[in-house]
Amino acid sequence: MAQRSEITVDESAARACMAALRRALPPDTLLTDPDTLRTYECDALSAYRRLPLAVALPHDREQVRTILRITREHGVPVVPRGAGTGLSGGALPHPRGVLLSLARLNRILAIDPRNRTARVEPGVRNLAVSEAARPYGLHYAPDPSSQVACTIGGNIAENAGGVHCLKYGLTVHNVLRIEALTADGETLVAGGGGLDGPGYDLAAVLTGSEGLLAVVVEATVRLLPLPQCARVLLAAFERVEDAAAAVAAVIAGGIVPAGLEMMDNAAVRAAEDFVHAGYPTDAAAILLCELDGTEAEVEAGIARVRALLAEHGATEVRLARDEAERERFWKGRKAAFPAVGRLSPDYYCMDGTIPRREIGRVLTRIAELAREHGLPVVNVLHAGDGNLHPLILYDANRPGELERTERLGHRILEACIEAGGTVTGEHGVGVEKLDPMCRQFDEATLRQFHALREAFDPRRLLNPGKAVPTLARCAEHRAMHVRGGRLPFPELERF
Amino acid sequence: MAADADLGEQLAARVAEAAAAGTPLRIEGSGSKAFYGRPVAGEPLPLAGHRGIVAYEPAELYVTARAGTPLAELEATLAARGQRLGCEPPRFGGRGTVGGMVAAGLSGPRRPWSWAVRDVVLGVRCINGRGEILAFGGRLMKNVAGFDAARLMAGSLGTLAVLLEVTLRVDPAPEATLTVSLECDMAEAIERLAAWGRLPLPLAGACHLDGRLHLRLEGAEASVREAAARLGGEARADDGGLWAGLRDHTLPFLSGDDPRPLWRLSVPPATPPLPLPGEWLLDWGGAQRWLRTDAPAGAVRATAERAGGHATCFRGEGIEPFHPLPPAALALHRRIKAAFDPAGILNPGRMYAEGGP
Repeated sequence: MAQRSEITVDESAARACMAALRRALPPDTLLTDPDTLRTYECDALSAYRRLPLAVALPHDREQVRTILRITREHGVPVVPRGAGTGLSGGALPHPRGVLLSLARLNRILAIDPRNRTARVEPGVRNLAVSEAARPYGLHYAPDPSSQVACTIGGNIAENAGGVHCLKYGLTVHNVLRIEALTADGETLVAGGGGLDGPGYDLAAVLTGSEGLLAVVVEATVRLLPLPQCARVLLAAFERVEDAAAAVAAVIAGGIVPAGLEMMDNAAVRAAEDFVHAGYPTDAAAILLCELDGTEAEVEAGIARVRALLAEHGATEVRLARDEAERERFWKGRKAAFPAVGRLSPDYYCMDGTIPRREIGRVLTRIAELAREHGLPVVNVLHAGDGNLHPLILYDANRPGELERTERLGHRILEACIEAGGTVTGEHGVGVEKLDPMCRQFDEATLRQFHALREAFDPRRLLNPGKAVPTLARCAEHRAMHVRGGRLPFPELERF
Repeated sequence: MAADADLGEQLAARVAEAAAAGTPLRIEGSGSKAFYGRPVAGEPLPLAGHRGIVAYEPAELYVTARAGTPLAELEATLAARGQRLGCEPPRFGGRGTVGGMVAAGLSGPRRPWSWAVRDVVLGVRCINGRGEILAFGGRLMKNVAGFDAARLMAGSLGTLAVLLEVTLRVDPAPEATLTVSLECDMAEAIERLAAWGRLPLPLAGACHLDGRLHLRLEGAEASVREAAARLGGEARADDGGLWAGLRDHTLPFLSGDDPRPLWRLSVPPATPPLPLPGEWLLDWGGAQRWLRTDAPAGAVRATAERAGGHATCFRGEGIEPFHPLPPAALALHRRIKAAFDPAGILNPGRMYAEGGP
């Protein structure tokens, strides 16, 4: 089974491929000028940069098919790319490959209010779907933080989540049908016009496959009615452990919040300094708990959550009085990453998920590890689903600090695995977490992943070197770091 | 009640042996869905003894159970803590196991407003066709490490792996449930559902049979009452076994002695009534339609396909159960099958013929 090394491409094959692409495509579809290529050298994990052989910007699916057929013929790798907002290097170019941007396939093909679906091309932005659906009282539920820029195709590749996914599901729960092209240019339809399709559930396995199995050229997504009302509670705690216990109590209390977020003191202070959300800066941790639904349902739920928070040691519980205050409470949370970015020249964002009951213990462990490594860590959590985003603050210009940061990062991910968790909740493996993947999965399971991939793409030309480590590669260490205190797309909310 | 036992290692050894000898295996749970899919010629691999709830943490919203665990037992355990499976799996003949639920991937009336079986699958431990024990996914809602092979198992009818253990998302049971019934024909029911579907109503079931549209509302007491008033019609807390009968196929339409085949059509929910002879029962707000008909299989399938869906012959002699796949898709299915089960010993041909899955 699959344990060959990743793809190699010789110079002459690459040249022949370029010539064939040039012949087959209109001139504006193939970019090879080094200065232009530089725009595509990385995604939002900017620590990794590479120039591709060329960038292809097809206008339609037939051009995508042409590109795939030509690249296959010459054995040249293809790296699909949406908006390039991914945080794990999934769209990092291959030095001997074609970067396939789906950005021009950006039409909303149909909004079907009777069936509550939207049929879109892969380059349509996430938020654009909800905007198009709003006149019908509908919306697309998955709302990753980069939703103003990120695309549906990228969301499918990464199985994107968002603040509301505990209640409304991830991308995999909200995509009904996918049309994709396989590495040899064949059309593949997964799912169906109803709620399922015939045969294996290929829509499930394509979602989150990080562009290794097929290139999405069209998707039909589910639209949900906009909730009648949404309200948010802010609770302050004197101890992080109490906040963690309160999270578990809310969920155990039979409540499924639309959002349940947590920030530690450092994150609260940074956010408050930055956007003046009205947060209590002396709290060890705060929780934001949003409920949505009918007026009656939300009112009853808010009363129960209030009581549970008080029971678990909340020193203060505030209900946003109006929409303006609700937005302010959220603004602080959504600005947490850029706010932390102001505290330090660089930061490194982690993305582990752990069982909710482990939140208190793992946060304590992270604090210990941070002291041990002499680096501050700020914690921002999608607490409702146990998804941690610890941010390690460092200065890449200080000798040895980057290496120390990477060591600390890996220790934090190890702590997540030890707590029964996973090394990536929503950012994907990409090139960043190939090494931690080796710790999470045994050899037989990794081999099975490779075999599954080869069932779709026997020559392993789609996004090689990403998502699933070769066994040989398991020793490598990778890490994400933020240069100059900023992520690419600094204007995007990160949460 | 049978004793809980972990037979994982023995089962894996048995699969490894069968792989070496090229012996096909027929995976068996409680047998409640033995009628579903194509017959498999193979030595039985019973899983009923491999049973027991391995972990249940209500506050973490998950439960892990061995494949042979009876669904009734699992659901009773959840109910005792005020929780349930959102996918509302059928228990045909009152039976069914956790492994069979995932392998068949059949969801109940709540599916459009809650989750499908594949949606609640968070992780599996399974034996591939080499006899290796593999673990996919985990116990967390949010986990994007590795391909989602756990969800791929849902509906694969044991053709990819022998499920040993599954971890499922659980949800809180609602405070209140009401059923509203309205007199109307099927076309009008579809129209009303298309309009109501855009409103934030606490729907948890919508079916049409015998000239009546039945709507199930679930949620907080106040919102359920408010919605019932808005929808009009007759509201009652006691549904007379309607939803359980729909789920478990004990309603006369689904269970009766009708000699005609029973078809399941999966189509976009607002699809107008389809031009096929026979009797219809609409479920899933129109997205799942049951049809008793003598119409030729080809006509049923072509009609479903034109509507953007597919048709399964759920019960019927001599008809291919599953909607045929285009050649490229069938070839891909075979490669996926071979990736998990190179010797082709796990439930071979249960879904499609000629050495396929």
